Amino acid sequence: MNHLDPNRHVRGESQYLDDVPVQQGTLYAAVFESPLAHGVLRSLDFSAALMAPGVARILTAADIPGHNQIGGIVADEPLLAEGHVHFRGQPVALVLARTEAQAHAALKLIKVEIDPLPIITDPRVAAAQGELIVPPRTFKIGDSQAAWAECAHVFEGVAESGGQEHLYIETQGAYAFPTEMGGVRMISSTQGPTAVQRHTAHVLGLGMHQVEVDVTRLGGGFGGKEDQATPWGALAALGAFITKKPVKLVLDRMADMRMTGKRHPYSSDFKIGLGADLKIVAYEVTFFQNAGAAADLSPAVMERTLFHATNAYFVPNVTATAFSCRTNLPPNTAFRGFGGPQGMFVIESAIAKAAEELGVPTFEIQRKNLLREGDLFSYRQAAEMCHAEQAWDTAATEFNLAGIKAEVAQFNQANKLKKKGFAVMPICFGISFTKTPMNQTRALVHIYSDGSVGISTGAVEMGQGVNTKIAQVAARTLGISISRIKIETTNTTRVANTSPSAASATADLNGKATEMACTALRERLLAHASTEYTLNYEGLEIHDEQVLAAGVPAETNWEKLVSSAFWKRVALTENAHYATPDLHFDATVNQGHPFAYHVYGTALTTVTVDCLRGTYTVDALRIAHDFGQSLNPVIDQGQIEGGAVQGIGWMTMEEIAYNAEGRLLSNSLNSYKIPDIYAAPAVLDVHFLDTPGHPRAILRSKAVGEPPLMYGIGTYFALRDAVRAFQGHTALPFSAPMTPEKVLVSLYPEFAYESSQSLREGTTKQSVL
Amino acid sequence: MIEFYLNDQPIRTTEAPASALLDFVRYHEQLKGTKIGCREGDCGACTVLVGELAADGLTVNYQSMTSCLTPLGNCAGKHVVTVEGINAAGSQLTPVQKAIVDEGGSQCGFCTVGFVMSLTGHSLSTQPATAKSTIAAIDGNICRCTGYKSLERAAAKLTAELADRPTENALAWLSEKQFVPGYFAEIPTKLAKLRPDEAKATAASSAAPAASATAHANGGSTIATSPNGHAQSQNDHGHLGTTSPFTHALLGGGTDLLVQRLEELREQPGVRLIFDQPGRRGIRHETTGRVVLGAATTASQLLESDLMRGLLPNLPQYLKLVSSTPIRNMGTVAGNFINGSPIGDLTIMFLALGASITLLDAAGNTRELALPDLYLGYKKLAKAADEQVVEISFPAPLAGDFFHFEKVSKRTHLDIASVNSAAWLRVENGVISEARVSAGGVGPVPLLLACTSAFLVSRELSAETVNAANAVMQEEISPISDVRGTADYKRLLLRQLLWAHFLQFAPELAVDELI
Repeated sequence: MNHLDPNRHVRGESQYLDDVPVQQGTLYAAVFESPLAHGVLRSLDFSAALMAPGVARILTAADIPGHNQIGGIVADEPLLAEGHVHFRGQPVALVLARTEAQAHAALKLIKVEIDPLPIITDPRVAAAQGELIVPPRTFKIGDSQAAWAECAHVFEGVAESGGQEHLYIETQGAYAFPTEMGGVRMISSTQGPTAVQRHTAHVLGLGMHQVEVDVTRLGGGFGGKEDQATPWGALAALGAFITKKPVKLVLDRMADMRMTGKRHPYSSDFKIGLGADLKIVAYEVTFFQNAGAAADLSPAVMERTLFHATNAYFVPNVTATAFSCRTNLPPNTAFRGFGGPQGMFVIESAIAKAAEELGVPTFEIQRKNLLREGDLFSYRQAAEMCHAEQAWDTAATEFNLAGIKAEVAQFNQANKLKKKGFAVMPICFGISFTKTPMNQTRALVHIYSDGSVGISTGAVEMGQGVNTKIAQVAARTLGISISRIKIETTNTTRVANTSPSAASATADLNGKATEMACTALRERLLAHASTEYTLNYEGLEIHDEQVLAAGVPAETNWEKLVSSAFWKRVALTENAHYATPDLHFDATVNQGHPFAYHVYGTALTTVTVDCLRGTYTVDALRIAHDFGQSLNPVIDQGQIEGGAVQGIGWMTMEEIAYNAEGRLLSNSLNSYKIPDIYAAPAVLDVHFLDTPGHPRAILRSKAVGEPPLMYGIGTYFALRDAVRAFQGHTALPFSAPMTPEKVLVSLYPEFAYESSQSLREGTTKQSVL
Repeated sequence: MIEFYLNDQPIRTTEAPASALLDFVRYHEQLKGTKIGCREGDCGACTVLVGELAADGLTVNYQSMTSCLTPLGNCAGKHVVTVEGINAAGSQLTPVQKAIVDEGGSQCGFCTVGFVMSLTGHSLSTQPATAKSTIAAIDGNICRCTGYKSLERAAAKLTAELADRPTENALAWLSEKQFVPGYFAEIPTKLAKLRPDEAKATAASSAAPAASATAHANGGSTIATSPNGHAQSQNDHGHLGTTSPFTHALLGGGTDLLVQRLEELREQPGVRLIFDQPGRRGIRHETTGRVVLGAATTASQLLESDLMRGLLPNLPQYLKLVSSTPIRNMGTVAGNFINGSPIGDLTIMFLALGASITLLDAAGNTRELALPDLYLGYKKLAKAADEQVVEISFPAPLAGDFFHFEKVSKRTHLDIASVNSAAWLRVENGVISEARVSAGGVGPVPLLLACTSAFLVSRELSAETVNAANAVMQEEISPISDVRGTADYKRLLLRQLLWAHFLQFAPELAVDELI
């Protein structure tokens, strides 16, 4: 069973935001953004811009009829700057013109006066100055302070991981239409239709019922359109509301890259203590998260970093503290993994540090410390149905870990200018929104009188195949062909108060609600069949569209049954509400049971480094992954492959660079590179672990969206391994991404020293953590 | 008036010749299957096919191009194919589309049509389909969802299907197998009717230089189209764009200018299109021993040239590092030179080859200029505004000469170099008799490293010579730190690339002495 949408995708018939036919009278919007990263907004001069051809109106904060506020977790983010600007690229004004080109041309005619204020781009500097988004949080179990004494080995260090541009190929945008009721209807490229609706209503001073948001599909999201689709939706809506004309706002690529936040860069301090048996006794870590200029989702991302600070390992004494630091960069936001990868990178660095210092293979320490059934995480949830060791051991056997190790050693013995490296990367990722109330949704299922079925849920299709999975759940539950089922657009008037499509939980939540609605409809139809055809209700089922009574075909099938039910006035619509049971978490003590379940897996990565040029290839990524009982192996394998390659990108070539003025240097696709087809690993094997799945997972098919990204972390450590094979003495910092530059400089540390004395230029690269 | 075929429809349009084909297709013709991803040729979401009638008038050669950078005027007389033009009747899928669906090669779908078009173009190619060539056909398409493995599987499936494609009358077979609809068979006849007669062609070519007589004396007008590098790094030396007036601009393949100046050019009257100008293509070996290229020779044409491959056997390996298939189909050699990027890949190669350019001015006078002399400073050229490059020439390397090109970028393919370098050496009895080493990304202009090259002459081909040459080279360069690397890194990297050249020339050099 394949993903349903691609039949339209390959023919170019799938409609994305910019493909919606334009209504007559549409005005095009362009955003005037702050040219400085921090300052006092003194004046705006629109005189020339307003005279420019086609310009209809220029809107500022003063034009907002409701509240100039779109902060989701913390109310600290104006839709349009007012008084101060806090990052370069912050929206200041909205130009509305008759054509897109005219709107963009007018931007250049706007004059702004800003008194500059000091700019912070480094999270540690922000923390030192008390610039925090929210108070720091600490997750604690055992007593790490007291435990150091019992450790045979203690190591400390610093680990840094960079940001990551989402690079959804479809940029952000929205198209808003005024309604006759005085509200706004809009099409938005968002993962969170309700977020767009709620904030737009707030901005316009309307009830949420006056704002309708409709989403057909996204050309990629990856977290970048979870909260950050909101400004563009709200701005388009503001334009439509004020001018009473349709307003379309689509960011061009460079504007999208400049104005939107990315994965959070982290700088972290770690301290790890091991017993003589290499068991991890204690782990302390302090995370400095670069949040950017406003909270956005940063507090939640920071929380997930803490949840995943020990990855797939059991550590009895943990103290993990995180600071969400306010800097003058665009607000960083959700990105596949949501802070989890950043936390895992640090403990993997700590383990690698210990292994390198002790001269033992890293994988020995990793394997010894994997989670076992019943082990407690620092937040006191126990690992249940734990597959950490199974995943590791299966990967080691299936993919011949010992053989890989020997092959790498042999290759490195025989080659001077090329070195291979390898690493094992186990993962453990918790599934659920960690904010418990978000784990709810609804499904609205209509059976039409001809037997066809329309389903609306809160799920947004963005390539992850959730619509296909929901259709499969419905087809399986109702016992009918999937061809009878249509998944409707995601629309706030059909399904209200939804959570965003995020946290890998979309198929679970919306699939469960769909299952509930379909089960209720099926039982109602079967009850009707039992009276109508005088059949024993016990043993009645629908299979392949045929009604079976105790396994024997009855004289009715799906179409007839539905038609007969309709004429007997049986309700053919059902609305089901699903809320994940048993979740609780007390954020005052950071303890509870926040996750429905965990997903496990292990990846083996091998790389080859060209030690002459500092370039490298990822030769093989071999993964054993816990899918549970996969509902759709084609889709699920696609999620693993795509997520893993995205993770490799984060660890290798994807380098976000801002200068000290907070200007994005990696501001286009020619200066920010994501993996191309040649950068994908030559071998990418995915082994489906034999695991039972979890009852909280939809039809026991476990969530698969985010976990695979973290397999990419293995690439960093494999590269490090190869570099050390060439240049064993180099004191390599733990710093991702491992660009060809970092590799080459690590291979030849003496060169930088030589040239820096006499030849160094005045400038240095300013890459911001 | 620009006339061409878009799918099965004839087009006659008065839209600006310098406007982007992408905008025409999407917003003029409302064909929304072609997507906008980056508008700089780096993602491939807007890939279309552009077919040109072969000299025989019977066949059409299709190439993939990124429509965001294709000047509409360059479509004149050609067949432009979007996904709507290959969708078979009804809801059937073409074999390309089916392979992608079956292998799960489409997730969010936004990049998918680009892959479909690139692979369809590959199906229409006259070259045999191999595992490598099918992947190469999609080397300009970026996908953020799939991690490419499913697309590789789809490509493999397609390669297998194309094994049965006959060399004769391939189009009929492709049509029967529903790779393309039946109307493709009529396209050659239709395009032949659009061909300007001789008279019209002559008038057009002589009108162009005449029209430029009013052009400004300094720098305003540029040919710029390069297969590897728009808006490049080392460009932190200054800003793109010049403030001088910009009349009667020359537009080649568009791969640089449509990134940098689309809005400006679209509004400008009298833009001269030179991509299809008669006499600007072709590669010939003259009896003088020089190789002469038409200025509008594309990187793909370099690659397809038996002559070039004969002289530089590793050319395919080098050009694989230069941009991507669709951009190589559009970007021209002269455009790469005139763009003046300090890191143009072709410029660096031709500097080491000892190339010169022939410039033609408005009055019809020509002059020859050694390529290194073209570069006065960052994006400053020793070329009058009314001058255009018409030819490029270089002395053909002799058998036994060494030539090598190296490039390192953050991403190996489809990226702008951090540093690139080429070297040509003639060695007699173990002694270097002549040398040219060039390097990009280490100064405000693409550099022929004259001191380093001179230093090498009369020295033994040894590790000692290479290390001493590096010391000279380090004094000759002035890299700056930017998004493509720190100055220190670029220095180190260039040393490594110098070593790489010599290890390529003389593998017997003791690695331990070098490193």
